[in-house]
Amino acid sequence: MRAAPEQRGYTSTSAGRNTLGNNLLAYLLIAPAVLCFALFSWYPGIKVIILSFQHYNFGTATFDGLANYRAIFSDPEFVAAWRNTFEFTGIALVLGFGVPFITAVVINEMRHARWFFRTVVYLPVVIPPVVTALLWKWFYTPGSGLFDLVLRGAHLPTSSWIYSTNTAIVSLVLVTTWGNMGLTTLIYLTGLQNIPGQLYEAAELDGAGIWRRFRHVTVPQTRYLLLILMLLQIIATMQVFTEVYVMTGGGPQNATVTVLYLIYQYAFNYNNYGGACALSAMLLVFLAIFSAFYLRLTRSHG
Amino acid sequence: MARAVLDPPAAPAGAAPSATVRVPARPRPARRPARRRVRPEASARTLVSAATLSRRKGKVVYWTVFSFVVLIFAAVFLFPMFWAVTGGMRSQQDLGQNSPTFLPQRWLPGNYRTAWDQLQLGHYFLNTVLQAGGGWLFELTLLTLAAFALSRMRPRFGYLITGAILASLMLPLYALVVPEYLVASHLPVVHSSLLDNPAGIWLPAVANAFNFLILKRFFDQIPQEMMEAAEIDGAGALRRLWSIVLPLARPVLAVVSIIAFVALWQNFLWPLLIYSGNTDAAPISVALVALSDDTRQNILLAASVLASFPTILVFLIFQRHITAAATSLGAA
Repeated sequence: MRAAPEQRGYTSTSAGRNTLGNNLLAYLLIAPAVLCFALFSWYPGIKVIILSFQHYNFGTATFDGLANYRAIFSDPEFVAAWRNTFEFTGIALVLGFGVPFITAVVINEMRHARWFFRTVVYLPVVIPPVVTALLWKWFYTPGSGLFDLVLRGAHLPTSSWIYSTNTAIVSLVLVTTWGNMGLTTLIYLTGLQNIPGQLYEAAELDGAGIWRRFRHVTVPQTRYLLLILMLLQIIATMQVFTEVYVMTGGGPQNATVTVLYLIYQYAFNYNNYGGACALSAMLLVFLAIFSAFYLRLTRSHG
Repeated sequence: MARAVLDPPAAPAGAAPSATVRVPARPRPARRPARRRVRPEASARTLVSAATLSRRKGKVVYWTVFSFVVLIFAAVFLFPMFWAVTGGMRSQQDLGQNSPTFLPQRWLPGNYRTAWDQLQLGHYFLNTVLQAGGGWLFELTLLTLAAFALSRMRPRFGYLITGAILASLMLPLYALVVPEYLVASHLPVVHSSLLDNPAGIWLPAVANAFNFLILKRFFDQIPQEMMEAAEIDGAGALRRLWSIVLPLARPVLAVVSIIAFVALWQNFLWPLLIYSGNTDAAPISVALVALSDDTRQNILLAASVLASFPTILVFLIFQRHITAAATSLGAA
């Protein structure tokens, strides 16, 4: 494996020369992709901010100052949506962040049948999220659903899962964690395999037990990965939609209305594109902070 | 950003920009990327040392933990799938029982047939193939061309374009869904609509900065001497792309293809909007949800299982590539 040579200094061949023909051909190759980025990434990014200050009605938009923002701020669903989204993200962070890490550490200690663990933990990731949501909705059926059956079998109290305001959010977090932890686990597993074995040897010679080796070798050695995946997870879970749409429709009593779900409602059920864009702009700015942090981190780390 | 990247919860794949899929030192057939079947776990030192494990007590503890973990994995990940697959073969009363038998009381594999016919799954599969397949083709082709041009031809102001594409990584996947929908429903300048049109899936799929970055990083690593040698032989830019870069890039093209195809196949929110006016042309994910309310539970289960088949199949066939993709994400 050769290191990539620096590409700045070459001028001997036309591969790097800024001839007219070379430039034209290059632009021609770039143009279609750039057009797509412009239409579906850059332009919407600007448009969302502009529309959030406008009253939009069937294609005609007029400036309306902060009216959209005032309107959504006074909507009780607005508060519920942000509260639910934060709650969802918080719980998902504990589960979707801790569980895959522990799982990866355990898999990494297994000396046999690793392919089994890897394959099995990743299988739910390849099931379409819609299918996962439909299946879990069935598992959550009060009485005859799988989870109530298991709880009753273990003589534990059953739960109303997604049908009670208290447990709805947690139930949704369980679905997304089950469906997505495979990818995170595999990424952690790679990180764990990159830890130099000598570090464990040295720690053991110094008399460190398993817990202290975990605490002082495993965790610090994977800290960067943990941070990166935490940021990505926050960004992903703040935009949860499919599970809400398929399983609860925002209910019961707005207990699972999330920000993205509310955006969808505003735009496609209330026909209030201005309000939807005001909400989107808020979410955009909020998440851009995390994305910026993420990009900074990955770039500075190489 | 493009709808097609990944469904939000799956976004850890967003770690893609740090992906490092390496260029082999010399071209080699991409068929067998170093198959290390020699139990790498046997040698690597982890939390617990091999010495500890070889002691009698260590062995007992290890095998106890091992069996326990196998059981947990089977119960948490495999059992729900088993329950769904067999649930699809139960009768409707059987499903409603509060104390069902472990296996269906009466096996009704015909439910799967019924699901296929009644929900017209074949029709929706075709829709999905058209949309996801086309999106994959557009995304891979256009991103490869752009990444190659920006990486190896380096036109004037190319760095500005690269920078702008990088910047779009900052835009979260779904927060822009409403303005994107407005663009798709009324394209500027040409004044046409992409609603209820597969192009409404294909074109946004191209605006995938993560996959662009994976490709560009790979092209950046190809040794300059190889390109120059080809040029001395009289190969133009397109010829260099076709005969040098693409053969080298086969593994990375495979990784990007799988990421793109699976994401497009699983996508829900964007096709839900594009086909909101005509569920008949929708992909299977949207159709399943739309039809779920009017379908008996056992038939719906059978349909759900059938709908997961293609992606599971892709996974089992390309497992090595997918693990490699995840691995390269982690090797930041």
